[in-house]
Amino acid sequence: MILALAGNQNCGKTTLFNALTGSNQHVGNFPGVTVEQKIGTVKKTRDGSDVKIVDLPGIYSLSPYSNEEIVSRDYIFNEKPDGIINIVDASNIERNLYLTLQLASLGIPMVIALNMMDEVKSNGGSINTKKLSEILGVPVVPISAAKGEGIEELKDVFIRVVENKEKPKPVDYCTGEVHRAIHSLMHMIEDHAADAGISRRFAATKLVEGDESMAKRLKLSQNEIETIEHTLIELEHEAGVDAQAAIADMRYDFIQDAVEKTVTKMSTDSKQHKMSVAIDKILTNKYVGLPIFFIIMGIVFYLSFDLIGGNLTDLCETAIDAGIEAFRSWMTDFGTNPVVISLLCDGALKGIGSILSFLPTIVVLFLFLSIMEDSGYMARVAYIMDKLLRKIGLSGKSFVPLLIGFGCTVPAVLSTRTLSSERDKKMTIMLLPFMTCTAKLPIYGFMASIFFPDHTGLVTLSLYILGLLLAVVMGLILKNTLYKGKSVPFVMELPNYRIPGLKTTLLLLFEKARDFIVRAFTVIFGASVIIWFLQCFDIRFNIVTDTESGMLAQIAKLIAPVFSPLGFGNWRAVTALISGFMAKEAVVSILQVLTNKDTAITDIFTAASAYSFLVFTLLYTPCVATVAAIRREFGNRRKGVMVALLQSVYAWVIALVIYRLILLFV
Amino acid sequence: MKLSELGVGKTAIISEVKGQKALRGHLLDMGLTPNTCVTVRAVAPMGDPIELALRGYRLTLRLEDAGNIEVEPISMVCSGNCSSCASNSGKRGKRS
Repeated sequence: MILALAGNQNCGKTTLFNALTGSNQHVGNFPGVTVEQKIGTVKKTRDGSDVKIVDLPGIYSLSPYSNEEIVSRDYIFNEKPDGIINIVDASNIERNLYLTLQLASLGIPMVIALNMMDEVKSNGGSINTKKLSEILGVPVVPISAAKGEGIEELKDVFIRVVENKEKPKPVDYCTGEVHRAIHSLMHMIEDHAADAGISRRFAATKLVEGDESMAKRLKLSQNEIETIEHTLIELEHEAGVDAQAAIADMRYDFIQDAVEKTVTKMSTDSKQHKMSVAIDKILTNKYVGLPIFFIIMGIVFYLSFDLIGGNLTDLCETAIDAGIEAFRSWMTDFGTNPVVISLLCDGALKGIGSILSFLPTIVVLFLFLSIMEDSGYMARVAYIMDKLLRKIGLSGKSFVPLLIGFGCTVPAVLSTRTLSSERDKKMTIMLLPFMTCTAKLPIYGFMASIFFPDHTGLVTLSLYILGLLLAVVMGLILKNTLYKGKSVPFVMELPNYRIPGLKTTLLLLFEKARDFIVRAFTVIFGASVIIWFLQCFDIRFNIVTDTESGMLAQIAKLIAPVFSPLGFGNWRAVTALISGFMAKEAVVSILQVLTNKDTAITDIFTAASAYSFLVFTLLYTPCVATVAAIRREFGNRRKGVMVALLQSVYAWVIALVIYRLILLFV
Repeated sequence: MKLSELGVGKTAIISEVKGQKALRGHLLDMGLTPNTCVTVRAVAPMGDPIELALRGYRLTLRLEDAGNIEVEPISMVCSGNCSSCASNSGKRGKRS
């Protein structure tokens, strides 16, 4: 049997999902969209039945207004799960039950998992679950997902409910004119609803709410649509009822009544709520809120890219290099063909190794990010940064991914998954390559120390700022062209602060690491082998001894004239740039390899062309790991490649402009 | 009066929710329905968005979107019988 797990954001859904399924999880995408879908198998059911759970996105309603809501609705209607587990945050019960009322009217067997009961109890409150279950017509099981309490009972109940096909008892929360309208529509659309496999009560209610996508799904005739429109107009003008507002209002009235009958203590009296309010007096404070945020991010960056992650990465690099060398000498002793040794060691292993050594940095960074997310701080970041990002057509939620972009673009792209709107997500990804990642920093340092020895800091800073300026320009362009549509309204809950669960955090880290490793062994493996091949063979497929006669250098010689207007139409520089596609660090190492003999680096570049080269490096196609991540998030190979090509084109144009400007004025 | 014009610390009753369908639907779903009691708790450091308290939870909203919500300010400060109306669930007339 397949169950869908549905609930609001911040109600402990992921924790419950992990508690039910352990590590038996499979991550995929929901059909047709790039929204992540997690499916897990329930461990140890009492009667040994096979139960799969699909984690739906966190939603507040079943309206078709946000990406998550549409995905959840489509999943329920198209995939028809055998049952629904609705997780409800007992400490914020009123708003949570709003979704419950809608889910219950779907006519699908359902159980309510009333989470955070420990919190309610510790505050001296209580909830009469038996009575609540009677009122809502759905079984209610009190649980505490974080402490693992009530999970076994929950399993027993949902297996029973699904096996006996116990549908929720219909609850009539609508009264008066709206009630009559819903009932008359229920009769009218009965056949359509049965054909579409949707509960007629749910369908009729949505139609009265003015939900046009429901009319499409039911395949109503033009005639029927007009009748419905007429009914709605009648409601609005003759009875003076605003149906959409009235239904929302009646749901909340019904819930409020239910809460009064079953809950003894109010959520705002809880310790957690009071503490959160107190913490927010500092963290979202008018004067210190922003500085504190930057200090926190500074510490996170320092720990991820330097103290912990950075050092571990160095360690990893050394270990991997030593491993590769040991492997090489072992194979040499064994008498393996040198070409094969080179293919394995210099091509495949080196490529994977250079990516894998990033793993510690990424894991540490994600550890901090998931702590920020799960503790509730990320919502505050979005809240305090929103105004700034709105100017370029994004919302505050995009700030953190952009910030991570200064560390490494790959995790930054992955973290855009937390953005609720598809538009915001894609736009953020498009802007990410403008944030100078740490891998580009050595290039700046290397070139600046040779050509601008007195102003290395200034040169580096100017490139960071140039990137930011261009991101703003690009944001404005995208906002007015490709992503013209309005961003999703910023209506965001500020959840209570919570201590993140260890298990949830560890599972998330494991998932990210696995994701990253899989990518390293597929896309990056392929790309490394290709670059190696181009480096080591000439056009006649003979092995070469020096990089100059290799195919890569030959290709670079062909392309080099393209870069003459930018001041570095030199095959050595171009070879370095092509290799940089593998990993940006390669730009420096290749330049060093190609210049230490007769040609010095100062023969290739002038100060002006060195700067133009740096500008191009800042902007051109990011490394293959990033392109792979972007491609995946866009869910479309062509678009991923398009973005990559586009980046090279504008990098060329901007580097040209800057080079010419420098020549003009200096 | 618009919700966006209500000062920090002030409480009001929602009288009407306007705006485009999607935004309106979203606001209503989050519990900003007519007759609901709502308090403006704070303003973000840069002056926008604002933080609201309603129905026992806290919500943030841009001033632009809050401009779609018509409210009637009330001068009430947490009376005993509804234990701070705004930060708790509560509607005028229902709880008194």
